[in-house]
Amino acid sequence: MPPSDHYDIIIAGAGQAGAQCAQSLRQGGFAGTIALLGEEPVGPYERPPLSKDYLGGKRDADRLLLRKPEFWAEKGIDLRTGCRITGVDAAARRVTLAGGSHLSYGHLVWATGGRPRPLPCSGADLRGVHAIRTIADIDGLKAEVAPGARAVIIGGGYIGLETAAVLRGMGMAVTVLEAQGRLLARVTSPPVSQFFLKLHQSHGVDVQLCAQVEALTGQGRVTGVRLVDGRELPADIVIVGVGIIPNVEPLAAAGLACPNGVQVDAFCRTSDPHILGIGDCARHPNPFAGSDIRLESVQNAIDQAKVAADTLLGRDRPYAALPWFWSDQYDVKMQSAGLALGQDTIMIRGEVGQAPFSVLYLRDSRLVAIDCINNPKDFMQAKALIAARRRLDTRRALDRETDLRAIALED
Amino acid sequence: MPKITFIDPDGQTHVLEADDGQSVMKVAVQNGVPGIEADCGGACACATCHVYVDPIWSAAAGNPGDEEKEMLTYTVDPQETSRLSCQIKVSAALDGIVIRIPASQH
Repeated sequence: MPPSDHYDIIIAGAGQAGAQCAQSLRQGGFAGTIALLGEEPVGPYERPPLSKDYLGGKRDADRLLLRKPEFWAEKGIDLRTGCRITGVDAAARRVTLAGGSHLSYGHLVWATGGRPRPLPCSGADLRGVHAIRTIADIDGLKAEVAPGARAVIIGGGYIGLETAAVLRGMGMAVTVLEAQGRLLARVTSPPVSQFFLKLHQSHGVDVQLCAQVEALTGQGRVTGVRLVDGRELPADIVIVGVGIIPNVEPLAAAGLACPNGVQVDAFCRTSDPHILGIGDCARHPNPFAGSDIRLESVQNAIDQAKVAADTLLGRDRPYAALPWFWSDQYDVKMQSAGLALGQDTIMIRGEVGQAPFSVLYLRDSRLVAIDCINNPKDFMQAKALIAARRRLDTRRALDRETDLRAIALED
Repeated sequence: MPKITFIDPDGQTHVLEADDGQSVMKVAVQNGVPGIEADCGGACACATCHVYVDPIWSAAAGNPGDEEKEMLTYTVDPQETSRLSCQIKVSAALDGIVIRIPASQH
C-alpha cells in the first residue's frame, strides 16, 4: 500500500518524545493511523549517550536506537525519516514537507525538540566548529578528534562538561570557556558548580570562567578563539554547547502561541484544538516549578509523551511527573531530582569534593530538589520525598549516614 | 543467539532472541515488552528497568554492583533476585534465562 497523505495522528519529530508518544498511543489501544516524521536519516535514538559513550567510541550507532528497526512497522506506525516539516496550516489541518508535498492530520503532536544555538559571533560557521545534538554531529566531531590536539569547548553546561570529560579520555588538550562566573550556573547551586570545576581541573581541563567569546578565528577552518579581553586561544576544534533553540517556527507562523517554545497546558494541548506539544520544545505549566517552563530532559520527553497520548485517547490527566536528570563525567555520576527553584535553604550532606555527597534544596523545610554526587541512595529516597512535598527534620539532614526517609516528618 | 524469556506484569510471555553484549534491558525495550521503562537508557541512573531474575538463573546473571544494589533497595518491592536489567549483559551463558517484570517501576 502506498503511503497515505492523511493520518489520524501525525507526530512531528522522531526523538525520544515523539517515539514514546507513538508507542504509548498503540499501547493504549489507539487503532487509527499514525505517522512519525523525523528529520534525521535514522529512526528514533537516544541522545544522552551522544556526549558520553557514543563520542567515546564505547557504543555503536545501532545500539543507540530506541527500538529495533522493524518495531515501528510491526506496530502500524509509519516512520518517515529524512522528512522535514516546513509549514503548518492549522485551519486546513495540514503540514507541508520540504519538497512541497502535504500531509493532512486529525491531530498533530509537535515533538520537534530544538537545534543547537549558534554562537552569535563571527567565525561560527568555520570548519572545525561542532555542535552536540545528533549522531551526524558526533560523527563529524569524532573524525577530527586526535590525541594531543587542542579542543576549545564554549559553554560550561552539561553538554560541554560531558564532552570535555570524554575528549580528555581520548587524549585531547581541553579548554572550557564559560561566560558566567561558575560552571552549570543555570542549573545548579555554587557548591555543585565548585565540585565540577575541581573535578575537571583535576583531570587536566583548563576551565576559564567569565570568558566572553568575541570571535572564532581562522581561514576556512577554525584555528583559534578570541576573547573579549583580547586573549586568543589556539584551537584545532571548537565545540559549541550554549543551549538550544526550540524548533517551533512553523507553529508560530501558523498563529500558535510560542513564547520560548510552543505554549501548552497541563494536558499538552496548544492554543489550537488539534495540535499538542511535548518534549524539549514545549513550554508547559510545571507543578514543581510553580510556573511555565521548558525542560530539556529525557524524563520530560517521556512523561509528556505519555500525557499527550492519554489526552488523545480521551483519558485526560495533567502532567505532574517529578523532574529528574543525570550526568556522567569521568567516574562521577550526578543524579538530580526536583527543580532547584525558589529554595530558601541549601544543605550539604557530606563534603563537597569528597563524593559521595548530596546537596539538598529546601523551601519551608520541604525538600524541593536534590543533586546527588555518586550517591544513588539519597537520590532514590529523595525522589519519593520531593514528589510527596515532605518536610524534613533539617537538624538531622546533615548527617550523611542517616537515611533521608528516616528524617521525613509527618507534616 | 541466546533466547530470553520475559514474563510481563500481566503474565504474558515474550520469548526474544538477543545479541551477545546487549543488555537484557535493551532486548526488552527494543521489542516493546511492557513494564520495563529504562528512562535513562542504561546508565544505571533511574532504576526503572527493575526485574526479578528466575532463581535458577540468578548465579548466571551475577550479583548487582554496589551502585546498583543501593538503587535496587529503594525500588518498589525489591526481592532476593532483583536486578536492574540494564546491568545484565547477554551472553551464551544466559541462553534460556527467565526474567519476571514487576508490577510497577515507580
